Amino acid sequence: MTDQAYNFAYLDEQTKRMIRRALLKALAIPGYQVPFASREMPMPYGWGTGGVQVTAACLTPEDRLKVIDQGADDTTNAVSIRRFFQRTAGVETTERTTDATVIQTRHRIPEQPLAEGQILVYQVPIPEPLRFLEPRETETRKMHELEEYGLMHVKLYEDIARHGEIATAYAYPVRVEGRYVMDPSPIPKFDNPKLAGNPAIQLFGAGREARIHAVPPYSDVVSLDFEDHPFAASKADHECDLCGSAGSYLDEVITDDRGTRMFVCSDTDFCASRQAQGHRGRLSPQGATP
Amino acid sequence: MIEIRNLSKSFTLHNQGGVAIPVMAGAHLRVDHGECVGLVGRSGAGKSTLMRMVYGNYLAGGGSIRIGGLDVVTAEPREILALRRAVLGHVSQFLRVVPRVPTLEVVAEPLLRLGTPAPQARARAADLLARLNIPERLWALSPTTFSGGEQQRVNIARGFAHDYPALLLDEPTASLDAQNREVVLCLIEEAKARGAAILGIFHDEGARERVCDRLVDVTGFTRGLAA
Amino acid sequence: MTLMQNAITAAPLLSVQGLTKRYGARIGCAGVGFDLYPGEVLGIVGESGSGKSTLLSCLAGHQRPDEGRILFDGADVLAFSEAERRRLLRGDWAYVHQNPRDGLRMGVSAGGNVGERLMAVGARNYAAIRESATDWLGRVEIAADRIDDRPSAFSGGMQQRLQIARNLVTGPRLVFMDEPTGGLDVSVQARLLDLLRGLVRDLGLSVVIVTHDLAVVRLLADRLMVMKSGRVVECGLTDQVLDDPQHAYTQLLVSSVLQV
Repeated sequence: MTDQAYNFAYLDEQTKRMIRRALLKALAIPGYQVPFASREMPMPYGWGTGGVQVTAACLTPEDRLKVIDQGADDTTNAVSIRRFFQRTAGVETTERTTDATVIQTRHRIPEQPLAEGQILVYQVPIPEPLRFLEPRETETRKMHELEEYGLMHVKLYEDIARHGEIATAYAYPVRVEGRYVMDPSPIPKFDNPKLAGNPAIQLFGAGREARIHAVPPYSDVVSLDFEDHPFAASKADHECDLCGSAGSYLDEVITDDRGTRMFVCSDTDFCASRQAQGHRGRLSPQGATP
Repeated sequence: MIEIRNLSKSFTLHNQGGVAIPVMAGAHLRVDHGECVGLVGRSGAGKSTLMRMVYGNYLAGGGSIRIGGLDVVTAEPREILALRRAVLGHVSQFLRVVPRVPTLEVVAEPLLRLGTPAPQARARAADLLARLNIPERLWALSPTTFSGGEQQRVNIARGFAHDYPALLLDEPTASLDAQNREVVLCLIEEAKARGAAILGIFHDEGARERVCDRLVDVTGFTRGLAA
Repeated sequence: MTLMQNAITAAPLLSVQGLTKRYGARIGCAGVGFDLYPGEVLGIVGESGSGKSTLLSCLAGHQRPDEGRILFDGADVLAFSEAERRRLLRGDWAYVHQNPRDGLRMGVSAGGNVGERLMAVGARNYAAIRESATDWLGRVEIAADRIDDRPSAFSGGMQQRLQIARNLVTGPRLVFMDEPTGGLDVSVQARLLDLLRGLVRDLGLSVVIVTHDLAVVRLLADRLMVMKSGRVVECGLTDQVLDDPQHAYTQLLVSSVLQV
């Protein structure tokens, strides 16, 4: 039940209204960074204050909330944010992607394809994709205004020059609806293709930077690349050692002091569902699939 | 080809009380195709001043200097630049170049500026340098380190690289030995033979007698002026 | 003679009329006008505070003049939208800063610095961009194996040459230079001057170069404008202005240079 000391979902109604206006504007101009009056939240910056504010502004008492951090429902950040909303909004929570109406995420898009009616809220540390090459905010805003995105390719050029390939593996820049270049937050580039044509509403909140941007359902989202170095959504070249999936994003886990390692799905719900359906991996406690 | 009429010039020294020094008045002169005219007169009489006005280096006070249809006195700077590029060559007494540029490039540059392909321009430059007895091992070096005589020969090679229809020569044989003096005189004769109009200052009497068709005493242009 | 006629009949690339910039009651530059033709190098000289830098920044679009017109290729540049102006600045125009650090991205490799303008105008083929960058490094005499080094690892002269390559890679028609040889050793200056002369000649560039170094303009500029207290006091052929200066201030300027 909602702790009576708080308004529903922690934020006061005026603040939620202000954030919803920013969200609507962001959805109307896909990929554009909308400034908003980011509030102090009862958690430090970097712990998802932007995502939490967006989630708070979206939640209704009927919603079912899922929170993931690096794909997992059981990490500190995910657990504390889930408990925060259980306490302040009293909404139902779930670990199942298919059952959730609102999913707040840090650094992943669930493996299970999303559906219409679902909202995916991203936690964003630095929303400005041009920031690392152009430190002046006045200049980056001008560059967005005039679609001067050559600099974004300079970053990819530097990658290839130094590493022989585009080594940017996460926060890989995309162009939304042929207009704004956007930082998709630090998701692995493996997830980039899921940004495009997604039936769910994708909202991005950056608390410290006080910016909100969005990708409406079924948007055209293209990862930047060179003709002779095309974008490739890469992952570790293994199968999940627990569920045997060959097509999901994997975490590498060191299991002892001798460097023995295992690869497991970073999306814990996806992995558990597969195991429940009887899929087995190399190191499954019940043994490999026959 | 070169026609000077009623030319006058004075210098105003603003930083020395604004004193005006007239140095030339009523100068008349004409140089035809294939002709070489020598300027004479005592030192300071205005030979170099006249040459510099013809080249557009000094601003004339009045009168006209027509070269191939252009009046240098009233011409726009870019018209004078075009004239210097294609029509009017100048061999001065001093070589002025960007340091570090190889001699061969210095000599080829007038041709490169006219759009001559680099291999052709360099071949022509090499020809001239060889004729003027600049050892090939020096061609890749900057002429700024050369002796006075060598610099003078590089300067001449540069001045003759393009077949200018009109040429100004300021003491081209000064500080040259007999052998190189002969080469330079031959170059002048060849230029005349192809129809170039040449205006020159030659202190070397033998050279003057050999190449000049007429002599003009510039003292006549400064008569009555305070020197 | 045809070459001469071509040079004379061509229309000016840049035409400036009555350019005035005030800083409150103080004059930055006033009533400046000139025509710059294709392939021409115009030198602007004057002591510090003479308005030459103000003039250059107004011409290059870094500041907006209070009065006057700037026509580039017949188009009124001051009437351009911000987007058109910036497109000009990364295409047909180039600007070489006195301090290469102001004109380079110090955290980006030499190749990335040269390639940026190409990518800004839409180049999306890595191999082609790299080939252009290598070619341009060669033209400014930087070894091809330095392509992945950052400019911070370069000497001052190399940085300046890199800045020039970065500016010229997209084949601009008009280049603004602000004291490009300032702050360099004399021997390095000479090399840079030679390089600039060759590039101007081979590419037919039009250049406006601001400097207080008369030796630099003598070697580089076809024409010279002398400025004092924000106004042009004299202009003409470079050698004519330097050898037969007409204005009191120019005479003082020329006679103040130490002879070497």
